[in-house]
Amino acid sequence: MLCASSAFAQALRPGPGQDVTEQVCGICHTVGYIRMNAPFLTSDQWKGEITKMRTAFGAPIDDETAATVLAYLNQAYGPAR
Amino acid sequence: MVGLGSSLAASPNVLAQPLPGVDPALPSGARQEIRLSNLPDKRVLFQHTDRPPNLETPITALDGAITPNDRFFVRYHLPVLPTLDEMAIWSMEIGGDAATRPRVVKMSDLNALPQEEIVAVCQCSGLRRGLFQPYVAGVQWGHGAVGCATWRGPRLRDVLALAGVKPEAVEIWFEGADGPNLTGSPDYRKSLPVAKAMADETILATAMNGAPLPLLNGNPVRVVVPGWTATYWLKHVMRIEISTKALDAFWMRPAYRVPANMFPVDQPFVSQQQGDTWAITEMVVNSLIASPQNGEQVGRAGFTVRGVAWDRGYGIRRVEVSLDDGKTWFDGLLGRDYGNYAFRTFSFSTGNLPIGPRSVSVRATNNKRERQVDTLKVNPSGYHNNLPHRIQVLVA
Repeated sequence: MLCASSAFAQALRPGPGQDVTEQVCGICHTVGYIRMNAPFLTSDQWKGEITKMRTAFGAPIDDETAATVLAYLNQAYGPAR
Repeated sequence: MVGLGSSLAASPNVLAQPLPGVDPALPSGARQEIRLSNLPDKRVLFQHTDRPPNLETPITALDGAITPNDRFFVRYHLPVLPTLDEMAIWSMEIGGDAATRPRVVKMSDLNALPQEEIVAVCQCSGLRRGLFQPYVAGVQWGHGAVGCATWRGPRLRDVLALAGVKPEAVEIWFEGADGPNLTGSPDYRKSLPVAKAMADETILATAMNGAPLPLLNGNPVRVVVPGWTATYWLKHVMRIEISTKALDAFWMRPAYRVPANMFPVDQPFVSQQQGDTWAITEMVVNSLIASPQNGEQVGRAGFTVRGVAWDRGYGIRRVEVSLDDGKTWFDGLLGRDYGNYAFRTFSFSTGNLPIGPRSVSVRATNNKRERQVDTLKVNPSGYHNNLPHRIQVLVA
């Protein structure tokens, strides 16, 4: 099977949680999805996306990691930006 | 493993200026994210994401009734794609609890059946999601998640007959070769009600515009469901189940749902109605301006507005153009009729115009007298955006 790799995936914005966000979100999809849906998603909507990835898509993200990712997305890509 | 990203890496990736043809009303993050792709069997497309690949047709390439294969949009949900080498030894299984003779079907079996040809629009449910207000999460598609091709292959009902359809069949389930990279992720599975699966127009396409399907458009076999949005046009078909049950799968519910009764539907997908939502099915009447481009400078001696219109299978009756933000409308000329499921081209010559900025809008009406909406029908997933396409030009 051909696994589309993200050879030129660009890094996300710097901030606490950047590394773990790139790592866990990047398991299945380019982190470009994050940039694409910024900056209009609210904190609740980012939380909903993380929950969907964990429950519907089986993303291996524990509660602590989910909290780190949410805090990072709010800070780096939230509507306050 | 072949990295699709390695070919994408050759893409021009330095974009100081906004790309012409990218709607400035898209979310800022989405506009900055779009790259020009450079894939082996495609000319330039707008790449929203590379993994999974989601690629949009530049609106300038939508000026004819037929969209070329190498400009046709690409939409995947999951990161694992088959290779052309794997698809070269393709066969599929037909089974399910309502199949009388489960069997394997090879390409030679498909080719031995009567071949049908249909010109039909393939349109992503989320076309123009990026132009919803307020914005909705998801791939922020602009105007180019749509195309029209001549599809050729056997009727689905003839293929199903190879395995025998029991009278108690309710749905036909499909599964393709693309899929997830995690065991916990839902594979891309879709179903059709038996009536649509058995309809004259529904085929298993083995050719697109006279050539094999490009890998990224479903090589070697995809389901073609004229009138319905592309979520049902499943690519790289590997397994079909003739079933007495409704498919309970993520991509049928909760994904791809619209509020009950919000959009006109002739063939309700009854087995997938659940609570206050329905599975999205038939497209809404729609149109786009392929020329001129938003922001273009045009001559005061006038210019020609060109584009395409389409609907859910009644055919286009009328395309109107407005040069004053929708206060007055003029009839455009319709081009050749390729059938009720196809793009219908239109053109309208403005004549002399005073110097200055000018808006151009277009709206289509189908043969059931359904017209594009004046107010967006807001729904949670951002589907069925058929507000009239409006651009701004400068008459100079």
